[in-house]
Amino acid sequence: MSGSDSDEEKVHRTVERVARESYGRLVAYLSVHTKDLAGAEDALSEALLKALTAWPRDGVPQNPEAWLLTTARRSLIDFFRHQRVVLASEPDLLLLTQNSAEATLETNFPDERLKLLFVCAHPAIDPAMHTPLMLQTVLGLDAVRIAGAFLVSPKTMGQRLVRAKTKIRDGGIRFEAPEQEELSPRLDAVLDAIYAAFGIGWDDVAGVDQRGRDLTEEAIWLARVLLQLMPNEAEVCGLLALMLHCEARRAARRARDGRYVPLSEQDPKLWSHPLIEEAERHLAEAAKYGRPGRFQLEAAIQSVHAERGRSGRIEWTAIVRFYEQLNRISPTIGRRTGYAAALAEANGAEEALAVLDTIDQGAVSSYQPYWAVRAHLLQLLGKGPEAQHAYDRAIGLAEDPAVREFLLQKRADFSS
Amino acid sequence: MQFALLIYEPPEAFASRKSDGTDPYTGAWRAYHKALVESGVFVAGDPLEVPETGTTIKIREGKRGVQDGPYADTKEQLGGFTILELPSLDAALEWAARCPAASYGVVEVRPLAPHTRRRITG
Repeated sequence: MSGSDSDEEKVHRTVERVARESYGRLVAYLSVHTKDLAGAEDALSEALLKALTAWPRDGVPQNPEAWLLTTARRSLIDFFRHQRVVLASEPDLLLLTQNSAEATLETNFPDERLKLLFVCAHPAIDPAMHTPLMLQTVLGLDAVRIAGAFLVSPKTMGQRLVRAKTKIRDGGIRFEAPEQEELSPRLDAVLDAIYAAFGIGWDDVAGVDQRGRDLTEEAIWLARVLLQLMPNEAEVCGLLALMLHCEARRAARRARDGRYVPLSEQDPKLWSHPLIEEAERHLAEAAKYGRPGRFQLEAAIQSVHAERGRSGRIEWTAIVRFYEQLNRISPTIGRRTGYAAALAEANGAEEALAVLDTIDQGAVSSYQPYWAVRAHLLQLLGKGPEAQHAYDRAIGLAEDPAVREFLLQKRADFSS
Repeated sequence: MQFALLIYEPPEAFASRKSDGTDPYTGAWRAYHKALVESGVFVAGDPLEVPETGTTIKIREGKRGVQDGPYADTKEQLGGFTILELPSLDAALEWAARCPAASYGVVEVRPLAPHTRRRITG
């Protein structure tokens, strides 16, 4: 009895593994002609369900991915037939059937995930939906999980995903990788979407709000897929390097008692050295192309921080220079705040505060890192009441209880 | 539109009310309230006394039933409410996530019901 139980568990695990590894490839391949992402996903989940009954009974097939593809395709074709598709869709059906014949002969099918990634981050789709679409169609995450990570109600997230997929199906969006002349902006959107899943801000002396989205693994997975599909893009290497550097510090971000530890006080012995080495390899690879970009610069900043593990000190002037370049490319509030924090270390708090003062007040009213850095700088300059006020704001806007307590402690330390 | 944040707190959070006000939970609330007011989203709000002070009443078939304590017997209990003026549910969820009670208890976000209000007030 227990033997069959564990067999069943084994099959479950196999299904899970195949689903995780092949989900995006299968959805991409099934939808590339029909453009019907929802249909492809439904067919695939049906196939996965069938696998859960068929595989324990008949044994796991030699090529589980091909089995899932054939099964999913069969239910797609049934669905099309059942719908008595209008004439306009007949070519789709024909294509689908033709491909089906190919697939029975061939277990190797083309990887269409690159097209799928570009569709998810298409300019015609609401940018806020780029990441959720990717997480769902490429990785198979459900709407509830995505909603939690993005702080949206699950019902709303479900509706937005359905709407985006309808637009992809009916809106004339083409399933293709962009041509060279429009590649750069289109690739930027894909990279932004992957980074948005990662969702971590930046570490700083003042202790800022890190929106842990609990999707860091998924984001790194997506970046690896993208790198595999576009091995010669410097910014793809840069993005992966950036995320690996941040991920390398996971264990060092909290003390044993759960206290928040800012980056500059982290114990480098707790950093993951294999991840740092991998990040450095990707960053060096990116540099070979001689095409600097946002993600390479962000990764370079993290690389300077990682260097402290060897040298024992942080080269703040190098970080300032990288931020200057970043702000020339695109001066977001986050980057200007980061620039100010680095400038304070390199040239003193006064100069840094002047930078913060140039940022539009309306834009930062609920941007937590700005207030955390501002409080820190005002404290360094001995401006007590103003610093208290900024600390209050940073504490009030913080989401993470560890960061909140860290800032409360800093506020208490200097007011006493 | 207006949203209510209904704040459900565990016993430890209620216990912190007896402190001298220097505990981290109270400090976090002070800062959170300030951020709400300074961001211009705060409409109203108040903490409630601890659940044990509640008295629940119901009338069935003409019989009055009165009970000591709160209505629902759960670990987290309603501890207060805040009403915010915000453009969307998404924005309300952002503010709810920053609420100190969200880290220890539960914060429920509910839109106010102006239509129902008008039906009642005429």
